[in-house]
Amino acid sequence: MATPKTLFDKIWDQHIVQAKEGYPDLVYIDRHFIHEVTSPQAFDGLRKRNIPLARPNQTVATADHNVPTLNQHLPIQEVLSRFQVDTLVSNCKSFGLDLYGLGHEKQGIVHVIGPELGLTQPGMTIVCGDSHTSTHGALGCIAFGIGTSQVECVMATQTLLQYKPKTMRIEINGTLEKGVLSKDIILYIISQISTSGGTGYFVEYAGTAIESLSMEARMTICNMSIEMGARGGMIAPDETTFEYIKGREYAPKGEAWDKALTYWKSLPTDEGATYDKMYVYDAADIEPMVTYGTNPGMGIGISKPIPDVAVNGTEKDMEKALNYMGLDARQVMKGQKVDYVFIGSCTNSRIEDLRIVADFVKGKKKSDEVEVWVVPGSKRVERQAKEEGLDLIFQEVGFQFRQPGCSACLGMNEDKIPAGKYCISTSNRNFEGRQGPGARTFLASPLMAAAAAVTGKITDVREMI
Amino acid sequence: MSFQIVRSSAIPLPIENVDTDQIIPARFLKATTREGFGENLFRDWRFHADDTPKGDFVLNNSTYSGSILVAGKNFGCGSSREHAAWAIADYGFKVVISSFFADIFKGNALNNNILPIQVSEEVLAELFDLIHADPSSELTINLDTQTLQFNNQEISFDINPYKKTCLLKGYDDIEYILNQSEAITAFEANRKDAHFLVG
Repeated sequence: MATPKTLFDKIWDQHIVQAKEGYPDLVYIDRHFIHEVTSPQAFDGLRKRNIPLARPNQTVATADHNVPTLNQHLPIQEVLSRFQVDTLVSNCKSFGLDLYGLGHEKQGIVHVIGPELGLTQPGMTIVCGDSHTSTHGALGCIAFGIGTSQVECVMATQTLLQYKPKTMRIEINGTLEKGVLSKDIILYIISQISTSGGTGYFVEYAGTAIESLSMEARMTICNMSIEMGARGGMIAPDETTFEYIKGREYAPKGEAWDKALTYWKSLPTDEGATYDKMYVYDAADIEPMVTYGTNPGMGIGISKPIPDVAVNGTEKDMEKALNYMGLDARQVMKGQKVDYVFIGSCTNSRIEDLRIVADFVKGKKKSDEVEVWVVPGSKRVERQAKEEGLDLIFQEVGFQFRQPGCSACLGMNEDKIPAGKYCISTSNRNFEGRQGPGARTFLASPLMAAAAAVTGKITDVREMI
Repeated sequence: MSFQIVRSSAIPLPIENVDTDQIIPARFLKATTREGFGENLFRDWRFHADDTPKGDFVLNNSTYSGSILVAGKNFGCGSSREHAAWAIADYGFKVVISSFFADIFKGNALNNNILPIQVSEEVLAELFDLIHADPSSELTINLDTQTLQFNNQEISFDINPYKKTCLLKGYDDIEYILNQSEAITAFEANRKDAHFLVG
């Protein structure tokens, strides 16, 4: 019998164009997503080398990082943002690429539209000049973020030279408590293994708690793999995956579907396959999480106080982080005032996230003390939310329901949190200044963000459901 | 451009988990060329909101200078933005030394002729002590022999052989791969799992 293989190894081995002694593996890339921020210098590179884009039909472009989330029908006001988005438009035109640009009905955050359109499929290799490309791994593919030189490399050759990473398995077994979402699982994992604990590894998430998650909830987990340093995260494709993909625009149809399905079913890790590292956690130990510091590893269960010893970095780093955040060691996060609530980003802006929030806030009122932005991940999520009347619920509660883009996750557009203000955010990074210079971020789940929107403070959502 | 022997004093940044948002904040990613990012390197640690320099940040302290940055563990974590590597190179750094690098940053650095050198926690602590005690202390980095010399000691560092050759000879991945294009088309023609690839 053949040696048992992991999901990762099966897909990796299937994509090796060339394995030569002394060289990294030459790995074939099935799908390349590009956006306006990390592509212009790569397009320039092709021009300088005087070579075409190798496989335009395997390359998908959208504008997401810079786009405004209000009045998208008007020209972008911010000059540099407009120039960057316009540059993408002209580059796509001259290199023969379809663009899901601003105003296009398929436009959205690159990691939301890939799965949504059926472009992301099990068994594929997918890259994008964005570290949250790991999101796509939720569908059982190898997906990872790359720098612009590598974007140019994929544009030029449809391949990358890559050393094979080590494999890690993280198992979560058991049942999640009510009010605990997949965002809490991943924040919990990162708080346990730190922001560098996954560096050098590709992670497979498994276990009964993972299997029971919806497709979109799985994306939230894989999305944040990079926040523990891992190149990517993935989850074995199963009935949930197939059900999600079936019928989507670019999903295989008819006979091709049957063939694909047979192949996809062969991908999950074989019994007896080994990993370089393993972690096993119990779902019952996971509470709603919130971060207190300036990296995603600085997170705690809502019932626990901020630790008084450094857990992720040196004592000096911890002091620096708490000083930036205006918080004290041993402080309990519950009751901490917030000024802004951001519900969006490639981590939590899908239709299920918006449904969870709408369902929770229906019939309630937003606190007068907070400003709340709900930013859908794509035009299709926006449209679906409107069809379901979620926009009206948000409006009644006092939330602003905006137009799709990366928005306040990184504040490249106008959606910035003012200096010194606190924002509870469903995004993925609480780095200093991430949401705007001086902004202070608490990462949390959509439910925790919704609860804080109602009370104006960090709240244990379990007490409200 | 090939990588030469670097002999220089170093700038210490003893902070762990320096993320690429600190190296170059997102609002400066709007340029469409690779040049000019150095002036915004560590922007919000280096300057106040009114653009006046923050006196306590190491890049504003004339005691320290050089083309080597020595930084705390897990340098370059977070966003994949290559702009971070461009900013470091544009500012004038040729080498970054840390006890641990984030994967994507490390790759981006190597693709921009910056050498990331990983040393043990002990060596890193020694380097910080040395630089703090005498900011003019010189470090010598020889990529060919894979050695770092300081304070009369010599330690060796790892680098993958392919990337070492690229740096020493000034090659890049694309030139190499374009010469393998037959292998790529053969792979595409022979694949067994591609029947579902559409669009």
